[in-house]
Amino acid sequence: MGETSLVAVLVAVIRRDLLLALRRKSDVLTTLFFFVIVVSLFPLGIGPEMAMLRKIAPGVLWVAALLATMLSLPRLFAADHADGTLEQMALSAMPLGVLVAGKIVAHWLLSGLPLALLAPVLGLQFDLPADALGVMMLALLVGTPVLSLIGAVGAGLTLGVRGGGVLVSLLVLPLYVPVLIFGAGAVEAHIGGLGATAHLSLLAAFLALAAFFGPWATTVALRIALE
Amino acid sequence: MSNGIINWFRFSSPQTFYPLAGKLIPWFWALTAAFGLAGLYIGFFVAPTDAQQGEGYRIIFIHVPASWMSMFLYLVMAFWAALGLGFNTRLSGMMASALAPTGALMAFLSLWTGALWGKPMWGTWWVWDARLTSELILFFLYLGFIALQSAIDDARRADKAGAVLALVGVVNIPIIYFSVKWWNTLHQGASVSLTKSPSMAQTMLWGMLLMALAFWMYSIAVSLTRVRAIILERERHAGWIEELSEVKPS
Amino acid sequence: MNWGSAAEFFAMGGHAFYVWGAFGACALLMIVEPILARRRRSNALDELRREMRARKESNE
Repeated sequence: MGETSLVAVLVAVIRRDLLLALRRKSDVLTTLFFFVIVVSLFPLGIGPEMAMLRKIAPGVLWVAALLATMLSLPRLFAADHADGTLEQMALSAMPLGVLVAGKIVAHWLLSGLPLALLAPVLGLQFDLPADALGVMMLALLVGTPVLSLIGAVGAGLTLGVRGGGVLVSLLVLPLYVPVLIFGAGAVEAHIGGLGATAHLSLLAAFLALAAFFGPWATTVALRIALE
Repeated sequence: MSNGIINWFRFSSPQTFYPLAGKLIPWFWALTAAFGLAGLYIGFFVAPTDAQQGEGYRIIFIHVPASWMSMFLYLVMAFWAALGLGFNTRLSGMMASALAPTGALMAFLSLWTGALWGKPMWGTWWVWDARLTSELILFFLYLGFIALQSAIDDARRADKAGAVLALVGVVNIPIIYFSVKWWNTLHQGASVSLTKSPSMAQTMLWGMLLMALAFWMYSIAVSLTRVRAIILERERHAGWIEELSEVKPS
Repeated sequence: MNWGSAAEFFAMGGHAFYVWGAFGACALLMIVEPILARRRRSNALDELRREMRARKESNE
């Protein structure tokens, strides 16, 4: 099996998942709407002082992104598990790791990417300056794939387990801490005049690490779940 | 003939391990009591009052050992988990799940005693110190492991899923600690560090070391007790169980 | 010796609540956990005995 065919498989899996999601638009939109509403609730709870809002904006947006990603995790494998597609994938001649990687990419395209694109609009509510909005978006673009990759392991482990939806948050949220710290830290460092390069490079390092281990660990978790 | 070499794999079967653990447990309890009494004696009667912190500092004699054990037990748990995943041995998974509650207990004790120490020393129950924050996340990791295992009915699957989670956790713990530390230095500058006692007297160190040994022996004793219970629960249909003297109706 | 009297020992230089709160919680949990572990084992044993008795009766 050549390299090109592996790439072709990857693309096919991504396209398939995107098409399926297109037929069930409400799933994707619910996650996005959740993100918007959580972020908008914070000023109501804290008060409308702009100085305070500017200070908490990076943290609020990132925590909301974490929660929104987590909400969308159960649907990563659940539907395919229910109709037996996942078992077919595990038995097929294609390496399961590639199929899983494709599904993770599709998950990011449907949850992380829209969040990152939407974040600047929400940042305006918190009176963030334009350049900070740019850094925010960049940090989310680098950081949210890590969330999808780590989350996939949790989704694989809790597949078909009772109470899986709540359980996955217990497993995955502690592991999201580094991404949260450096993602929100990037924006804060930029506002503070320190520059966000160090934070963004560390996020990129996390991404490299997660991209290397994530699909592999998810594959192991799925094989355990399918036994 | 492999005489002279102990066949360690023999002990990896629940059948041989069960009676062995039963024989070992009283010894570990004795060691716990011995180290614990010696440590408490040094901690309360030999170690002098701290010039800065008064008598309140005596909490470190349990706080530091609990923190050490909570981290060490996670490593041991991950080690057994990896062994179980790699060699497919039944006992390893049982050991991992026997260790998790004790590890969670140690993490909780570390947080609890840390809060009770922090209040008189810093005037607040909780500071977002790098160590305390990492300990809190470690506690969450233990809870996640326990929750995942108890949510899966099939024991073999629970073992394997727990193993993957423990290994992912072990890879993440250094990253989490490093990021929390970075975050901490950025946000609050110099804070009081728990172990940076200005002058750690020799006797204090001895007391702490003895208490750490006591906690270690305690952890072994209690997890061996638990692993025996787990063996009985899981191997109930194995023939050797019925031959046990404690099962046979008298 | 650090303490003049038992009362002084229990007062812990004014930090009694914190010191005994920490040591007390530690002692309590370290007594409860082994009890729970032992009870888990005796429950498993009871279960086993019941199963064996049931099997025996069905054989007879």
